[in-house]
Amino acid sequence: MRATGQATGGRPDAAAPAAIELRGISKAFGAVQANRNIDLRVPRGTIHGIIGENGAGKSTLMSILYGFYKPDAGEILVGGKPVTIPDSQAAIRAGIGMVFQHFKLVQNFTVLENIILGAEDGGLLRPSLSKARGVLKKLAAEYQLNVDPDATIDELSVGHQQRVEILKALYRQADILILDEPTGVLTPAEADHLFRILEGLRDEGKTIILITHKLREIMEITDNVSVMRRGEMVASVQTSQTSPEELAELMVGRKVLLNVEKAPARPQAPVLEVRDLTMVDDEGVERLRGISLNIRAGEILGIAGVSGNGQTQLLEILGGYPEKGARVTGEVRMNGRPLPLTGRGCDSGQRRREGVGHIPEDRQVEGLIMDFKAWENVAFGWQDAPEFQRGLLMDNDAIRRDAQAKMERFDVRPRDCHLAARNFSGGNQQKIVVAREIERNPDLLLIGQPTRGVDIGAIEFIHKQIVALRDAGKAILLVSVELDEILSLADRIAVMFDGRIMGERLPSETTTGELGLLMAGVTDTTNIPESAGIPPGQAHVEELPEGSA
Amino acid sequence: MKLREWLTAIIVLAICLTWVAADYAAAMQGINSALRLMPPLLLACLAGLYSERAGVFDIGLEGKMLMSAFTAASVAFLTGNAWLGLIAGIGGAMVLSLVHGLASITFRGNQLISGVAINFLAAGLTVLIGQNAFALGGRTPPLVGEARFQAITLPFAGALRDVPVIGPLYSVLLSGHSALVYVALLAVPITWWVLFRTRFGLRLRAVGENPASVDTAGVSVTRLRYTAVAICGLLTGIAGAYLATGLSAGFVKDMTAGRGFIALAALIFARWQPWQALVATFLFALLEAVAILYPNLTVGAITIPSAFMNALPYILTVIILAGFVGRAIPPRAGGEPYVKER
Repeated sequence: MRATGQATGGRPDAAAPAAIELRGISKAFGAVQANRNIDLRVPRGTIHGIIGENGAGKSTLMSILYGFYKPDAGEILVGGKPVTIPDSQAAIRAGIGMVFQHFKLVQNFTVLENIILGAEDGGLLRPSLSKARGVLKKLAAEYQLNVDPDATIDELSVGHQQRVEILKALYRQADILILDEPTGVLTPAEADHLFRILEGLRDEGKTIILITHKLREIMEITDNVSVMRRGEMVASVQTSQTSPEELAELMVGRKVLLNVEKAPARPQAPVLEVRDLTMVDDEGVERLRGISLNIRAGEILGIAGVSGNGQTQLLEILGGYPEKGARVTGEVRMNGRPLPLTGRGCDSGQRRREGVGHIPEDRQVEGLIMDFKAWENVAFGWQDAPEFQRGLLMDNDAIRRDAQAKMERFDVRPRDCHLAARNFSGGNQQKIVVAREIERNPDLLLIGQPTRGVDIGAIEFIHKQIVALRDAGKAILLVSVELDEILSLADRIAVMFDGRIMGERLPSETTTGELGLLMAGVTDTTNIPESAGIPPGQAHVEELPEGSA
Repeated sequence: MKLREWLTAIIVLAICLTWVAADYAAAMQGINSALRLMPPLLLACLAGLYSERAGVFDIGLEGKMLMSAFTAASVAFLTGNAWLGLIAGIGGAMVLSLVHGLASITFRGNQLISGVAINFLAAGLTVLIGQNAFALGGRTPPLVGEARFQAITLPFAGALRDVPVIGPLYSVLLSGHSALVYVALLAVPITWWVLFRTRFGLRLRAVGENPASVDTAGVSVTRLRYTAVAICGLLTGIAGAYLATGLSAGFVKDMTAGRGFIALAALIFARWQPWQALVATFLFALLEAVAILYPNLTVGAITIPSAFMNALPYILTVIILAGFVGRAIPPRAGGEPYVKER
């Protein structure tokens, strides 16, 4: 199945069949179209990047390639021949190897045992182990993949564990290697070593598909790149013909600008002051690298950025529930008083009492309890409020009346507070959360992705509520991956990349292009590479029509 | 084996030796009865080992043994053949294993609840059917002759009897037990070999630690777990049959008397390792034997009541489960049904 005329170094032989080709792949989960009519062609001996935001459908696509899902429609060709991949075994037989974001290793097994697991040669282990030892030695020499074969996995660093995953795939004679967000858990040095390994593999004729949302990696190592957005493949280009800001824009998407009527902000005294906030998660990865920002009463600070660059961690810390095992340092002041960042006093209930409202990024996980009724959800966080008490008991009637009134004011449909949260549409679920947080009149409102998965009508309504809260003299931190939302709502824009604030801009004095560059981690706007200036027509970008949300 | 395990083994051995030196006749009798009392514990412990190593927790060992004891005794009585009884016993335990498998693997139910249900089911069903069939208050009629497993005299036992050390060890202690005692003893090295030297064992251990690793390697998690649960049924089946047709002569209501739970404690004490399981279950059996041998032990002026002596194995169980033996790490994926990610 190996093609003749091996092509290397990103100049594939056009006549040779592609290592892997997808034609019209579609996959829906219920009403959600995770993949829509995907076409992809990956030439042999290249590194192909697939970039897109979380939830763009990258992982679904790769799961289809590895036999976890059956596509609803479409065709997969490996080396020019159509194949069906009903399970992982079939994927392995077709020469596809997968390195998952979360490694599939047995912690108390040795490296050798992990490598032969499922690829043993016979009923007894001894011959398989000694064969694997030999193969491993060869692979280590060939690709700089040195790992102690007798070490158990829990003794290895994350970077070495990843090497074991790569070795597993190579041991199964994979020709096509798919890596899902491989650098998410690596230190920069480990990531660089990984890239050298991948380049070595490509030069040996292997085909590599790299899934990531980090633009820097795409620019640094890939030969070609495809961009996914909301289940669609919106562009496939040669990496040398594109630029970070173009990719950033393709990922985030250009949408019809929603105009929000708002008067100029009249900011007053600072409400939230953040100094040198850093956060290292329990795997040792630095998620926030010295964040400093201010929000004044009566203004909206928008945080733009590709998702996964530390926005979630920032919101969680400010909301009082940092990730388990995370180390947080720095200083956060609210109305001049310091807020505890760890230990006692650092919980979301305490934050609420300090006047912090929070509309979390994922309403279904953090914002609501889906099986609980709307009136219970509206009361959450405030169930101890005096007006909801009747002696030692809760006054459920009072809570229900309160919920019904809030649902009325926020136009939640259907207006039935006895319905479970999961029976409302996405937009109405979000309105329940927004109603709960805004009606408590917080001094500071944290908002994460307020309109993700929300219909147009609800978006407009929610935007108006946010602006009204600002005009009432409250401070608002708005985190959104929708650049248009940031541009139309925020009074100041800070761009986050890789745990840092890359810069602050005023919406009236910036452009999507400039913000796109900042989102891609390019600070010095005078230092744009030549290729960034070429007209879009030359970049072979195929813009597909905008899909519905 | 680690230092801790060696120490346990040496302590158990030392206790036996001191006992032999102090009171030869009583000690030989005690150790001998410990060997007869051990197989149900050892087999149930190994049964739990297969199941839990594959990630399926099983507190229904007790119920499966009880069911097996009943079906084995019934069939042995009706046919007059202990071996047919054994097959029936294995069948009875297998059926309950299948129920546990369906509940916890196929339907991803709670493994503890399924285990509790199996224990109740077995406790009730055995007495109900027993009373209906034999009208002896839930007992089966007493077994005689070929309906019970008879003692086997090992080859050369007579000839070696007078050789010092080896004689008493081989001819008196090891020889003269029923066939199932030897089956239980052989199950230990076989389990070790299967677990650590075969492909099946590697996959079994992997599926209890990280089923996703097995799944992505293209091996069926479901099939592996069912196999493990079936082996668990086989071993508890032998254990139950031995209880009713080897150790006793017929089935009595609740005759397992918590042995399934003691086996679970021994499994934790043994840290899910076969050889350590042998040491742990022998220790429990020894305590049981001592209680039988010395119903009223007198230490100085105090006479220890027999109730306390009988409770010794259970007291040890509590001590072990309370974690006094140090931290034992169970298989990481234990107790969790496997659901594919994404």
